[in-house]
Amino acid sequence: MKAATTSETAEREARRNRIRLMQGNEACAEGALAAGCRFFAGYPITPSSEIGEYLALHLPRVGGNFIQMEDEIASMAAIIGASLAGVKSMTATSGPGFSLKQENLGFACIAEIPCVVVNVMRGGPSTGLPTGPSQGDFMQARWGTHGDHPIVVLAPYSVREVFTETIRAFNLSESFRTPVILLMDEVLAHMREKVILPEPAECPAVDRLRPTGPPEAYLPYASDRDVSPLAPFGSGYRFHVTGLYHDETGFPTGSPAKIRQQMERLMGKMERGAGQIQRFELTGAVSGGSDPVDTLVVAYGSTARAAKHAVGEARQSKRSVALFRPVTLWPFPEAAIRQVSGSVRRVVVPEMSLGQLAGEVQKCIPPKAELRRVNRVDGIPIAPEEILDAIVA
Amino acid sequence: MAFQYETYIRPSTFPHIWCPGCGNGIVVKALVRAIDRMGWSKDEVVVVSGIGCSSRTSGYLDFNTLHTTHGRAIAFATGIKMANPALKVIVVTGDGDALAIGGNHLIHAARRNMDLTVILFNNEIYAMTGGQYSPATPEEKMASTAPYGQIEPPFDIVRLAEGAGATFVARSTVFHAVQLENYIFKALNRSGFSLIEAVTNCPTVYGRRNRMPIPASFHAYYKKNSVPLEKAAKMSAEELTGKIVTGIFADVDKIGFIERYSRMSERAQAVRKKRYIKGSSPKGEVGN
Repeated sequence: MKAATTSETAEREARRNRIRLMQGNEACAEGALAAGCRFFAGYPITPSSEIGEYLALHLPRVGGNFIQMEDEIASMAAIIGASLAGVKSMTATSGPGFSLKQENLGFACIAEIPCVVVNVMRGGPSTGLPTGPSQGDFMQARWGTHGDHPIVVLAPYSVREVFTETIRAFNLSESFRTPVILLMDEVLAHMREKVILPEPAECPAVDRLRPTGPPEAYLPYASDRDVSPLAPFGSGYRFHVTGLYHDETGFPTGSPAKIRQQMERLMGKMERGAGQIQRFELTGAVSGGSDPVDTLVVAYGSTARAAKHAVGEARQSKRSVALFRPVTLWPFPEAAIRQVSGSVRRVVVPEMSLGQLAGEVQKCIPPKAELRRVNRVDGIPIAPEEILDAIVA
Repeated sequence: MAFQYETYIRPSTFPHIWCPGCGNGIVVKALVRAIDRMGWSKDEVVVVSGIGCSSRTSGYLDFNTLHTTHGRAIAFATGIKMANPALKVIVVTGDGDALAIGGNHLIHAARRNMDLTVILFNNEIYAMTGGQYSPATPEEKMASTAPYGQIEPPFDIVRLAEGAGATFVARSTVFHAVQLENYIFKALNRSGFSLIEAVTNCPTVYGRRNRMPIPASFHAYYKKNSVPLEKAAKMSAEELTGKIVTGIFADVDKIGFIERYSRMSERAQAVRKKRYIKGSSPKGEVGN
């Protein structure tokens, strides 16, 4: 009897613990812990520092590792090293630091090392506006490092979604053996919301495949499949990891045929995995339905909160408006936007950058549709009224 | 079984990229002999390297090997060692890699006493890119970017590492192959941050510009101009000009980062347990 009571109490306690008043950065750190992240390396930078601070407190308690490195470059290097030793790892930064991480990020892409990089966007370029929000790293997140490379970029819009998308970032990085970038902005990072965290069973953690065959037959970059198992260092599968073009064994190659094969596989694994990676939310009627959409709004991150409000207001005054909110920014959900924008007359793209998202949306909408941009890069979030104006005017 | 180099190399990766007469092979052989003396299994050893001629070593050795980006090997190695402290993590790097682009990582790993052994191949030049001067190029020597002679003074690598906090620091040359092996062996036995400066020769892009095109002339130079630390202590600065001081520069018993982290982590877990027993929420903050 007594045992049952204790377990009931524990259950109640656990339920109560899931209801939290949380900051975005804190939700990111909690999401990382829930995903099984046990290594964090970072460097202080506004507005992402709270992620590192939170993990400095909590990682040692769960037997994990936290280290404040000497710079942003070293932080990126250290998380790749930790991942190769078999531990899920993360770093967090903002614009200037994200720029510094790009070379090693490319290393993780070509060497196919799972890891998560959080970029809390602030005004840029350069030191820019450290304490103001921005969405100016939309393109850098895709094309920041040199050379053709695959990447996954996720952009949550609420504190709860920061938690769940951080878990998804780890899961995708493990499933696809790729770095995943979690793009937040200063509003989302510092905003506090009441959150009911999901039960652990709702967000199961995914672990990378590990080899099971004989070590001498292990191919860390097999060409007959998109994603090969990754052996942690020290597990008896001795192999070589390099940023040079390599063949299926991992050793450098200069053979054009082998390079082509590996690069096609590397880029192809994202294309073929896009269905699993892409997540978006459509609010309002779907094109071709009983309520054909006249105007489509496309927005992500904290801007999507204002957009949702504006779309709600417009719909109340009988406007035919829908909101397309990509949660996965890259691979960009081209097909989905193409489908919902088939018969629209107008597309409104609000963003805290000068047309980076709008340019990508333009590629997916009918040529006759009018594209309206709503841009701010002055550190002030876009207000619902500004978006509503673009919808109705 | 008697010691064989073949046990530790990957023949499929040969021929190596090093020029005839390059001293790098001597350093690699000394490293392999030292590892063999440690009695470690190949599965527990990780060799991490940066970019440059010497950093190609990782590919040739049959361990868990990681060939990273330019200058960053120590930072990658830090992540590996923390994530799995049971691994024996060795960094192979060069003078350009470790002292210029990677200088920050070198001094900070030494400061935190990170449990790594760094083998720094010092050929005093950027060899792979064609002979540009490095932070270790001696004054007045010629380089492709110092066509009138080097005007910058070089780093004293062992003093730099020692000053930054390394527990074991030694210097030897490729002429003193046995001494080099012994120093590496001592370094591998130490916890904390250890660094071996292995003075090596580049006949191709350094020697040809500096009137030493014959590889053997470097070895003759090292033989003639190396001065043991004890002897150097009695010599004047003038007498030491152009000399290579060899020996063990630092050998101190200092607790390494991994042990310190582990103690801190135990403390954090004990606090958590205590607070939980007292009835406060298990997520209760400490020190907030």
